[in-house]
Amino acid sequence: MQKYSGFGLLKHALTYHENWQRVWRNPKPKRKYDVIIVGGGGHGLATAYYLAKEHGITNVAVVEKGYLGGGNTARNTTIVRSNYLWDEAALLYEHAMKLWEGLSQDLNYNLMFSQRGVLNLGHTLQDMRDIQRRVNANRLNGIDSVALDTQGVQEIVPIMDCNANRRYPVLGASWQPRAGVARHDAVAWGFARAADAMGVDLIQQCEVTDIITEDGTAVGVDTKQHGVLRGDRIGCVVAGNSGVLAKMAGFELPVESHPLQALVSEPIRPILDTVVMSNHVHGYISQSDKGDLVIGAGIDGYNGYGQRGSYPTIEHTLQAIVEMFPIFSRVRMNRQWGGIVDTCPDACPIISDTPVENLFFNCGWGTGGFKATPGSGHVFASTLAKGKAHELAKPFSMFRFHNGALIDEHGAAGVAH
Amino acid sequence: MFYIYCPYCGEHREEEEFHAKGQAHLARPEDPDACSDEEWGNFLYFRSNPRGLYHELWVHAIGCRKFFNIARDTQTYEILETYRIGESPNLSQSTEQLQS
Repeated sequence: MQKYSGFGLLKHALTYHENWQRVWRNPKPKRKYDVIIVGGGGHGLATAYYLAKEHGITNVAVVEKGYLGGGNTARNTTIVRSNYLWDEAALLYEHAMKLWEGLSQDLNYNLMFSQRGVLNLGHTLQDMRDIQRRVNANRLNGIDSVALDTQGVQEIVPIMDCNANRRYPVLGASWQPRAGVARHDAVAWGFARAADAMGVDLIQQCEVTDIITEDGTAVGVDTKQHGVLRGDRIGCVVAGNSGVLAKMAGFELPVESHPLQALVSEPIRPILDTVVMSNHVHGYISQSDKGDLVIGAGIDGYNGYGQRGSYPTIEHTLQAIVEMFPIFSRVRMNRQWGGIVDTCPDACPIISDTPVENLFFNCGWGTGGFKATPGSGHVFASTLAKGKAHELAKPFSMFRFHNGALIDEHGAAGVAH
Repeated sequence: MFYIYCPYCGEHREEEEFHAKGQAHLARPEDPDACSDEEWGNFLYFRSNPRGLYHELWVHAIGCRKFFNIARDTQTYEILETYRIGESPNLSQSTEQLQS
C-alpha cells in the first residue's frame, strides 16, 4: 500500500497526480473464505480491518450489494460522542471514542476527525436533572462530561438564542469536549483501503439473496452476481436490511427499519464551531468544513425501506433548528435525503450470535451508529474471530429481549444523534 | 407525504393527522403467565419488519382517534388498502401470514 503523506503529495504533483495507486483492488471472489461479512458500510469494513489487523484473519470477503459506504455511512450527520448513561453502552461507545482518537494515523487516511465538542441541551427542569445524572454517570465511567448552565452554553455558542422568554428556554446542557465530527465517507474509504492492503477481498455490486444453512449452521451465502460463496463464519452488518437478512436465515429480529432524514444548507461562512443537539425540541446541527449546516432530527414514525422520508418530519426538524437559532431562519437548504435505520426497542445495538450457528449479526444501531464505527468493528471482529462475544459486546446479545436485560438508552440516544 | 384514507371518517386526510403504531395483527398471548420468556419476548419485541407488503396499525390521532390497519408497501410506500380493526385485508398474505 502506497503511504499517504505530505511529501507524497508533492512527489505526485510533479507527475500531475496521474500515478496514484488505486485505493483498493476489485478482486474476483474466491469460492471459500474464513469469514464473510455481508455489508460494506463503515461497520462492515471496520470489522474486516480489525479481523485482519488484530486477529490475523485475512481470508475475508466483504460482500456489498451497492458500493462501499453508500448506505447510512454516506447519509449520517457524522457526530461522534460517547456520553451514554448506562455502563454497558458508555463503555462500548467510549471504546469507539478511544479508537477514533488515533484512527487517522492508524489507517494512514485523513478522517478529518475534529473534536469540537458536543452540547446536549436541556429545556426543562426534568431535562436538567437527567443531564446531571448522565454527566455524573459519564464521569464515573471516565468519560469527559460537564454540566453547563445557560451562561455556559451561551459562552460556547454565542449565536444560540438563550433568552429565558423563549417557548423552550435553554436551561443548560451537557458538554463533552472530546466529542465532535468526522468525515463520514473517509471512514469507510480509510477502513476499506487498509483492509484491502492486508488481503481482504472487497466485493462490490454483489447482492446476497440467501444465507445457506446446513443442519442449523450457516455455511455460506448465495449471491445474485457471483453465485455461492462459502464461509466458516458469516457476519451480517447491513443496518436497515437486517430484518431481510434475518428472514433469509429463518428468524426474526427485535428491530424495525425506519427512514431517518438529514439535510444540509447552502455553504455559509464559519459560524458554528461545535455540535448542538437537543432532544427536547428535537434537532441537531453542526457546520461542516465546507461551510454547510448539517442538520438532522428524528425518524419517520412508520416502517420503511425507501431511503426517503416525509415532508412533515423535515418541517419539524427545521422548526427545532430555528427555535434554537433564529439567525438561521433564512438560510436555504441545499439537499435532503433519507437513510434506513434499524431501531431497537431499547435504543441499543445488537452484536450477537443468532439462532443459526456460525451466523452473527451486528445491527440495531438505529439512529446513532456512525459514532461507534471503529468500536463496533473492533468488538465484532473479535466476536467473529473467536466465535463468542467480545467482553464489551456481551450485554448486546439479541437474546436480551428474551431474558429482559435491556439497556434503556432512550435518554441518551432516543432522539438526537 | 402520505394521504391516508381513514376507514372510520370515510375521508382521505394528510399524514400529519395520523401516527404509525407498529405491526398489525399481533395477538396478545391469552395467558401471559403461562408464556416462556422466549414467547413473551417474541410477542413484545420481535417483528417481521419486511421489505414489501406490510400490515401496520395506525391511529387517527388528530381526527376520530380510532385505531385501524394499513396494508402498505414499505419499499415504494404505496398504501394498498386501509381497513378497520377486526376486518381482514383483501390482500391477505404475509406480515407473517397476519400473525395467525
